[in-house]
Amino acid sequence: MDDALLVVLLLADATIRVATPLVLAAFAALYSERAGVVDIGLEGKMLAGAFFAAAVASSTGNPWLGLGAAVAASVALALVHGFACITHKGNQVVSGMAINILVAGLAPTLAYAWFRQGGQTPLLPGEARLPQIHLPGVEALSGIPVLGPVYRELIDDANVLIWLTVLLVVATHWLFTRSRFGLRLRAVGENPAAVDTAGLSVTRLRYQAVIITGVLTGIAGAYLSTAHGAGFVRDMTAGKGYLALAALIFGKWRPWPTLFACLLFAFTDAVQVRLQGVPLPVVGVIPVQFIQMLPYVLTVLLLAGFVGRAVAPRASGVPYVKER
Amino acid sequence: MKVPMPRQPPALETRGVNKWFGANHANRDVSLAVPKGTIHGVIGENGAGKSTIMSIVYGYLPADGGTILVDGRPVAVRSPRDALVAGIGMVHQHFMLVDPFTVLENVLLGAEGGVTLAAGMARARVELTRLARDYGLEVDLDRPVGELPVGAQQRVEILKALYRGADLLILDEPTGVLTPQETDHLFRILRALRGQGKTVVIITHKLREIMELTDNVTVMRRGQVVANVATADTSREELAELMVGRKVLLRVEKAPATPGPAVLEVSGLRVRDGAGVERVKGVGLTVRAGEIVGIAGVSGNGQSELLEALAGMRPLAGGSVRLRGEELTDRPDRFTARGLRALGVGHVPEDRQRVGLVTSFEAQECAILGHQGDPAFNGRLLMDRHALFDRCAAEMDAYDVRPRDPRLPAANFSGGNQQKIVLAREMERNPDLLLVGQPTRGVDIGAIEFIHRRLVALRDQGKAILLVSVELDEIRALSDRILVMFDGRLVGEAAPDEADERRLGLMMAGVAGAA
Repeated sequence: MDDALLVVLLLADATIRVATPLVLAAFAALYSERAGVVDIGLEGKMLAGAFFAAAVASSTGNPWLGLGAAVAASVALALVHGFACITHKGNQVVSGMAINILVAGLAPTLAYAWFRQGGQTPLLPGEARLPQIHLPGVEALSGIPVLGPVYRELIDDANVLIWLTVLLVVATHWLFTRSRFGLRLRAVGENPAAVDTAGLSVTRLRYQAVIITGVLTGIAGAYLSTAHGAGFVRDMTAGKGYLALAALIFGKWRPWPTLFACLLFAFTDAVQVRLQGVPLPVVGVIPVQFIQMLPYVLTVLLLAGFVGRAVAPRASGVPYVKER
Repeated sequence: MKVPMPRQPPALETRGVNKWFGANHANRDVSLAVPKGTIHGVIGENGAGKSTIMSIVYGYLPADGGTILVDGRPVAVRSPRDALVAGIGMVHQHFMLVDPFTVLENVLLGAEGGVTLAAGMARARVELTRLARDYGLEVDLDRPVGELPVGAQQRVEILKALYRGADLLILDEPTGVLTPQETDHLFRILRALRGQGKTVVIITHKLREIMELTDNVTVMRRGQVVANVATADTSREELAELMVGRKVLLRVEKAPATPGPAVLEVSGLRVRDGAGVERVKGVGLTVRAGEIVGIAGVSGNGQSELLEALAGMRPLAGGSVRLRGEELTDRPDRFTARGLRALGVGHVPEDRQRVGLVTSFEAQECAILGHQGDPAFNGRLLMDRHALFDRCAAEMDAYDVRPRDPRLPAANFSGGNQQKIVLAREMERNPDLLLVGQPTRGVDIGAIEFIHRRLVALRDQGKAILLVSVELDEIRALSDRILVMFDGRLVGEAAPDEADERRLGLMMAGVAGAA
């Protein structure tokens, strides 16, 4: 019985750790897309964040400076995207894709130039990584069945960014439903002309949204290289930006369903890791490549069949041009 | 009518306002004055610059020179925010609403009254209830705007302006999408606003509304103000002449129809739209040679789908369609847009820019769309451009298309001239049956007169015409019989002379269903 509980807890723990960057990236896109700016450049911004976090943390030994550098780099890229799409009304998909391609090449190149380790950053020592938060009372609670192990395995020693992400989800929900900023943000993604004629600046609102996107993707990148991992590796985002976008669509551009979608994707990934090399009833051992396909197959299936009619914000992807 | 106090400055005045769109001089020294506490009409044809000047007043477009005065004081209106501060509100032709938002959220947007919403919402609820009571602006505050009928959406727009403290309300073509009953309701609201000392400016091209509602009227033509008159001192005929610059016949002159044998017989027709929703729910009708049958109805009640299905552009979900007695549903190969054309069916689609034309093509190419295989335009291998050009030039002469340039891209013609290109193409093929959708939507009054005369002339040649239009005046002027469509069904029939507007309006609203 205890073994079963432990397996469940380990799966849940892995799910949370894998889900965190997905949630950060998906919520980043949530802000941008609800404001009417499609962001396919999550991947690139995350990767830039991951690289700069690791590079600065490695050089200074301070993970917080790394986090700051990741956010700064990612916001800079977000502003490029904003400049192309909002100020110059360019094609949002093209701009996002350009950022992805740019960073995919630039990050390993810079890493090579600075560290001479074949496009990676050096392995980060413990103190140069973002800390886990150790909670009191683990010993006291350990005697209690279920609650004790849950507290010990799942909640204690979670990375600081995981807690930040929890906070982000709640704050986003509040912001979208209860605040003036949220109301305006949702409006500008549905009908920017209504925002304009209400005496508000469409450009300003969309830039604000894009900057938030940059901040969150930067944090997601820093999580990958200085919290979850210990250094930057080439292509370390491995499609998580696209997966986050898929989660956002599956979640129909709403905070809670998007969170659920991220957790679902992360869970299949956690299961996938555990199933590798394990003989299954009836089918036996499945080749590891097929197991690794699971999360992606699930993504395709969900997006193709189970989403139903995804209702994107109406002005999403459309630059705002005044009618005359 | 009200005479303004002599010493009181006008609620709104523009002096010498100019606006250019590229090479197009959209506003030329526009000067007009709107006395306080009156309803003021601004009329003109499409492109006369009436919406442009009001968009400038509202700060939505920047002017290229000129002064705007509110209550006698010059104001710099650089954005809608400045206009709102100056007490100017505007209801745009296309509503500026966020469909998934509730009425309350829409009103609050931009006037939230704090970083969080709760307090502002409570305040707005009280204030809006009061406004609704005072002016007859009832709407359900907690319904998403997208679920409301257009009349109610328009009331939301008015509420938005009043909630922001507007003393001057500008409405751009407010009745285009309304039923006659909704229009009456709107006019009552506007009169109530005037009664409370507010000033209303209404932009329209409908002369009847100007005469019924306004105290004064400004007439614009080609970007210029051509007249400022008290409504009581003028007439529809005079205003029409001022708008167009020449005498205009407002009534369509036509002899009684002499219907011949049935050309089109439809029964039990069912059509689904792209999303699979049944939009035509069992329609039966007959159109005879030598008559115009008009289908009236508020936009979105299945008329478009009916017309598209009959034109072979949309598959049937059931029913029978007979052309000159021949059942078409048995011959799916002929019941296509192409097959029907060969059988002598012409189609002037509702959306000329998307369906009727390829706007990036030259006029001469648009003039043969659907007939591009005709040997008359084709040599052995290539198209015969000379034949094309001559054909199009001849049609342009006959239909008074301006500019008369067959090589000009269709996009560069005005709405009325684009429509004439489509009409010429379809009518010059001498069809036995002509399907016409919204023939004069967005068309100037001068061109409307021309198009209407052409349609009547075609009828007099013994052709059958099925007309779909949301313009009730047009339906009544042209039709020999009127059918009213509501929610996918034909709910009533009337002869145009006996069809008083109120009865038609009730049928269109589904009230007097199957009367």
